[in-house]
Amino acid sequence: MERLGELRRPELLRRLAQGLRATVAPPATLMEVCGTHTVAIARYGLRQALPEGVRLISGPGCPVCVTPQEQIDWFLALGRLEGVVLATFGDMVRVPGTERSLEQARAEGADVLVVYSPMDAVEAAARASEKQVVFFGIGFETTAPAVALAIKEARRRGVRNFSVLCAHKLIPPAMTALLDSDVRVDGFICPGHVSAVIGSDAYRPVAERGKPCVVAGFEPADILGAVSMLLRQLAEGHATVEIEYRRAVRPEGNRRAQATLAEVFRVADARWRGLGEIPQSGYELAEEFAEFDAARRFDVEPPPPAEPAGCRCGDVLRGAADPPDCPLFGKACTPRRPVGACMVSSEGACQAWFRYRAEEPR
Amino acid sequence: MCLAVPMKVIEIQGPVARVEEAGVRREARIDLVDGVRVGDYVIVHAGIAIERLDPEEARETLRLFEEMFGGEAGGTPAA
Repeated sequence: MERLGELRRPELLRRLAQGLRATVAPPATLMEVCGTHTVAIARYGLRQALPEGVRLISGPGCPVCVTPQEQIDWFLALGRLEGVVLATFGDMVRVPGTERSLEQARAEGADVLVVYSPMDAVEAAARASEKQVVFFGIGFETTAPAVALAIKEARRRGVRNFSVLCAHKLIPPAMTALLDSDVRVDGFICPGHVSAVIGSDAYRPVAERGKPCVVAGFEPADILGAVSMLLRQLAEGHATVEIEYRRAVRPEGNRRAQATLAEVFRVADARWRGLGEIPQSGYELAEEFAEFDAARRFDVEPPPPAEPAGCRCGDVLRGAADPPDCPLFGKACTPRRPVGACMVSSEGACQAWFRYRAEEPR
Repeated sequence: MCLAVPMKVIEIQGPVARVEEAGVRREARIDLVDGVRVGDYVIVHAGIAIERLDPEEARETLRLFEEMFGGEAGGTPAA
């Protein structure tokens, strides 16, 4: 779109960076809750444009990373069943479970199918009626509509050998949970594409607790602009929800997508890596779609979940530690030989810091 | 994974559109977004369009930057 060209103009970025650096703002810690923001901040070295005393930290915004060990183990355990195809987004393939990753399970004979869209998993199930195709439904409100549509499609086409292990997570409850924790956050850079679905009004409970929220797009200019908007709110001493990413996000969000989510899923308590159980922070399948629930269809016994020794992924996901605070970071744990989920995922904070670390002032 | 890409709608058949960006063509479901037309830009994630991009609002963001950082931050409109 031609306007993106303007947002990408180096001159605009230079002015935004200059303007931001010159901003007089109180010391502040701003959290981004989106893996794509994490990567953009590291990749474009945006921390260098921050005024003195302003810090950007990553929260639980990487969908692969926040998926807890027990859900990964459960999915992996399915792979030992005869005739089961494990369908997943590619990001999940290398994430270590307690005993192995999907990649290792595949080497040991599990049938793993990497798909771009959950719709592809329905298609695969339709073509192989003798198999059971189980899709690992991970991701936030951005991704859940695609999975909801796939489930409806499976019903419409009568594809009964398709099911979903539902591990979807919801962002606003996680933000609220962080406010109840020991982590200090002064304002949130809210995720652009989650917000396109749920709408910016979803963050009002966070703003009502005194934390400014700005929904940001993914161009470097978007992120710098959102940081400026947050600092302005902090300097003026108020906390509201603003939208920087107005080309894609409305206060009410995408009502049609929300209706589909409400039809297929039900909000439920959910466990997060690093944050533990958060009330009403995930989806399970609604009773009407229970026949597509892999958790009801299959009975498996995964091993007791265990986190990799020494890994501080959980603290990184809460914003309680920066990746280099972990003793394994860049030594025992690198993108080539990752120990924790935050180093495996291309959107994980550890991988983003490692990949672009030369740009990171500490 | 939340990576979602703005793509241009080039053809619509029922709930499915052919979309294109930088020479990459895909199919995407568009039935979760109201009133998508050929020529629109939609944000595509995991095979579905989750929202339409509004060029007028993109201009508005540039205006906002202008207001925050003075005169030329928004630059001149693209030809």
